[in-house]
Amino acid sequence: MTPTSLLSVRDLVVEFQTGEGIVRAVNNVSFDIPLGKTIGIVGESGSGKSVTSLAVMGLLQKPAARIPQGEIYFNGQDLLKYNEDQMRSIRGNQISMIFQEPMTSLNPVFKVGEQIAEALRIHKRLSAKEAWEKAIHLMNQVGIPNPSVSAHKYPHEMSGGQKQRVMIAMAISCEPQLLIADEPTTALDVTIQKQVLELLHKLQQEYKMSMMFITHDLGVIGDIADDVVVMYRSNVVEKNTSNNIFMGANHPYTKGLLACRPKLGANPRRLLTVSDFMTEEGQEKIVLPERIQIFDKEMVEDKSEKVLLEVQDLVTQFPIKGGFFGRTVDNFKAVDGVSFKLKKGKTLGLVGESGCGKTTLGRSILRLIEPAAGKIIFDGKDITNVNHEELRQLRKKMQIIFQDPYSSLNPRMTIADILTEPLKIHNEGGSNSQRIDMARELIEKVGLKSNQMNRYPHEFSGGQRQRICIARALMLRPEFVICDESVSALDVSIQAQVLNLLLDLQEEFGLTYIFISHDLSVVNFIADEVGVMYAGKIIEMDKASRIYKSAKEEYTRALLSAIPKGETKNSSGLMV
Amino acid sequence: MIKYIIRRLLYMIPVLLGVSLIIFVLFNVVSGDPTAVLLGKNATAKQMIDLREQLGLNKSLFAQYLDVVKSAFTFDFGYSWATKQEISKMILQGALPSLCLSAPAFIISTILSLLISIFVAYYRGKGIDLFVRVFCIAGMSISALAYILFFQWFFAYKLGWFEISGFEASFPELISYIALPAIIWIVLSIGPDVRFFRTVILDEIYQDYVRTARSKGLSEIKILLQHVLRNALIPIITYVVIQIPSLILGALLLENFFSIPGLGGMTLNALNASDFPVMKAMAILSSVGYIIFGLISDILYTVADPRIKLK
Repeated sequence: MTPTSLLSVRDLVVEFQTGEGIVRAVNNVSFDIPLGKTIGIVGESGSGKSVTSLAVMGLLQKPAARIPQGEIYFNGQDLLKYNEDQMRSIRGNQISMIFQEPMTSLNPVFKVGEQIAEALRIHKRLSAKEAWEKAIHLMNQVGIPNPSVSAHKYPHEMSGGQKQRVMIAMAISCEPQLLIADEPTTALDVTIQKQVLELLHKLQQEYKMSMMFITHDLGVIGDIADDVVVMYRSNVVEKNTSNNIFMGANHPYTKGLLACRPKLGANPRRLLTVSDFMTEEGQEKIVLPERIQIFDKEMVEDKSEKVLLEVQDLVTQFPIKGGFFGRTVDNFKAVDGVSFKLKKGKTLGLVGESGCGKTTLGRSILRLIEPAAGKIIFDGKDITNVNHEELRQLRKKMQIIFQDPYSSLNPRMTIADILTEPLKIHNEGGSNSQRIDMARELIEKVGLKSNQMNRYPHEFSGGQRQRICIARALMLRPEFVICDESVSALDVSIQAQVLNLLLDLQEEFGLTYIFISHDLSVVNFIADEVGVMYAGKIIEMDKASRIYKSAKEEYTRALLSAIPKGETKNSSGLMV
Repeated sequence: MIKYIIRRLLYMIPVLLGVSLIIFVLFNVVSGDPTAVLLGKNATAKQMIDLREQLGLNKSLFAQYLDVVKSAFTFDFGYSWATKQEISKMILQGALPSLCLSAPAFIISTILSLLISIFVAYYRGKGIDLFVRVFCIAGMSISALAYILFFQWFFAYKLGWFEISGFEASFPELISYIALPAIIWIVLSIGPDVRFFRTVILDEIYQDYVRTARSKGLSEIKILLQHVLRNALIPIITYVVIQIPSLILGALLLENFFSIPGLGGMTLNALNASDFPVMKAMAILSSVGYIIFGLISDILYTVADPRIKLK
C-alpha cells in the first residue's frame, strides 16, 4: 500500500454460492485509489466490477457471497475486519455510492429533500430542520433548479437526470472521502450523461474526493479518470493511467473495448469487436487489415429505387383527461406532422432524447398505437385505415425489436417456443418440426448455438437475449423491422456485435430498418439517413455521412457534442 | 379528490341497481314460490293465495323489482317472514354483538400479524423465519371446527377460564363471553395474514431503493420500519380494509357455536327458515359495505403513496 492511497484493495476474492456450485466473481483483484484521484473501473456486465464496489461498501448479500481472501484498506484500516455497526458508520458518511438506475434507486414514497437529509441526520446528527436546509443547499449545488421547491417533490415528479442529481446530492451530503459511482450515466440519454459527468467531475474537485467510477464504456471516463483498471472475467487485465490507455492500451481486451464504440464519421464496414483482438482463450490476435478499412457509405451505388415505406404528415396524440367524468379536454401531440420516405433495403435512423416522440412514431407506423391523422403507405398500399384482419397479414412483413431484452422475452417459454410462436400465430411455416428447423437455422444466423433451443431466457446474457429477440423478429421473414433502442441496454462491446449482426442480416435478407436511438454515434454508424426528432417533429434530416459534419440545427449540434469522445484531455485521437 | 369521491358515490347508483337486479332474479324469479316452504305440506290453496298477497308476491315482476330497488336505496327492508320483526331493527340489534366480537379480534390479529411478519422479514432465511412459516401453514391446515371444539372443551370446560357460550352486552362480563371466540378468530387469521404480509414486505426488500438506504448507512431495522413498510402499505391497505365490511356482517361459524346473537347467526337462521327478506337485506348490505370500503381504501392509497392521485 502506498502512503497516499485512500483505498487499497489487495488480492480480493469474492465467491458466490449458487445452485451450480461456487462461482468466483472477483479473482485476486488489487488496485489503489490515491487521495483526490478518480479511478475508472471498466469491464462488461458480469466482469466483477460492481461486486468489487459492493465489497468495498460491505453491501454484499451474505451468506450467498463470501470473501475468502483479501484486504480492503481504507485510511489504513481493513474494512473487512469491521463489524456491521462500524461499517454503517462509514457507509454514506466516509464512503458513499451512486447507482445505475436513478428511476428505482430512490424511495418512491418519500420527498427527495427528506431522502437527502436522512444521511445527514444519522451521521452528522443534524436536527430535522438543519438537515432539510443542508439538503436544499446540496440540491442547489448539484444544479437542481429552484431547490427549496424541488425538495418537496417526490421522485416520480422528476426526470431521470434530475433524479440522478438527487442521488449525487445524497451521496455527497456527508462530504465523503470516497465516492463510488456505479454506472451512474448508463441509464441516461447522451445529453444528460454529459451534464452528469461534468457535475461529478466538478464536485470531485470541489470536495477533494476520491472517486471510483465504474462503467462498461471506456469512452465516458476519458475526461474524468486519472487511472483506469480494466476487468475481464473476474480478473484485472490492465491497470494504467488514462492517458496511456487511450494512447495505446496493452491488453487486447482493452484495445477491443476502445475500438468497438462507433465513431462519428467514418467507421469500418463492420464495427471492430473484442473478438477481433482476442481469441476465446484470451490470446492476443492480429487484427485483420480489412476489418479496420474505413467504409464510405457514399461510395455504395444506390441501386434501390423502390420506396417501401412512406409516411405523410403523421400525427399521434394522447388524450389529456379532465373534468368531472374524465372527459378528454385536450390532446398531447406525441408525433406532430412527421413525413418521410424510406427506400427498400435502407435504414432510417431516428435520434432524439427521451420524450421526443421517436418511440411513439415507430409504434404508430406499425399501428400498435393508432395515429390520429396522416398517411402510412407501406409497399404501395395505404395502411392507415386497413381493418384488423388485413393488419394481421401486414404484421408478417413488419416487425419490431424492443429496447429491453430482459423483459421482452416470456421467462416461462423456451427459446424454441419463443421463436416458433410468430409462425403459429400466423399459421405459417408448415408442420411443427419444419418450424423448429427454421428456428434452428435462424438461431445460428444470429450467432447462438442450435443446441440451446430448449433453454429459457434467463439462461442467456443480455446480448444473447437481444439476439433471440432479433431472431424472433425475423422468423416471419419480414421486409421491414423497427429497432427501438435495441442496443441501448447493452454494453458497448455487445452493442458492437449486435449492430454488426443487424447489418449482416440486412444484407442477407434485404431488410429495411428504422433504427431508433438516443445516441447519434450509433445511428450515424448504422443508418443511411438520419432524422433528428424534437417535440414530436423531425427537425432535421440528412444523409448519415453528412449530418455530423454539417448539422444545421442547434439541437442536432448539442446532441453531437454530447457524445463521449473516447479520449482524454491530453490525448486526442486514438488508434488501435 | 372531493370530485373523485362524489363521482365514486354516484357510481354506487348503477352498481346498486345491478345488485338489486341480481338479488331480484335470485329470490323472486328463480327460487320459485316461497309460500309452499313457509306454510308446509298441508297448506290450503286459500292460505297460499292470502300469504302471497300478504308478501306482495302477486304484484307484477316489475313492481317486485322496484321494491327490491327501493329497499337497496332506503335500507327499509320490510319485515322478516320468520320473526315478523322489522328487519332494519334486527340488523341494528345484531350489529353490536357482531362488532363486539369481530372488531377487537380483527384489530389484534392484524397488528399481531404485522409485527410477526416484520420480525420474520428481519430474520428472513434464518431458522426462526422457517419455523414461523411452517407454523403458519400448520395453523391454516387445521379446521376451524377443530379449534372451536378443542378451545371450548379445554379453556372453558376443563380450565373454566371462559364461558362456553352465550353473550351479555355489559362490560366487563362481555369479556368472558367474547374472549374465546376472539382468540379462535386470531388463531385462524394469523396464518394467512402473516404469510401475506411477509411476502409483501420481502417483495420490497429486494428493491433498489433499499440498497440505496443501506448505502446511506441506515440500520436494517430502520430500513424495514421506515422505507420498506411505507412501500408495502398499498397491498396491506387493500388486504385489511376490504375485510372490514365482513366484520359488521358477522362471523357465521363462530357466532353460531358460541351463541352470540349477532348478524352472522341471524343470517344463518334466515337461511334455515327460507327467510328471503332477511337474506336479501344482508346481500344488499354487504354490497354497499364493499363499495364504501373499496372507496375508503382508494382514498387511503393516496395517503400512503404520493404517486397515486385521484382525479
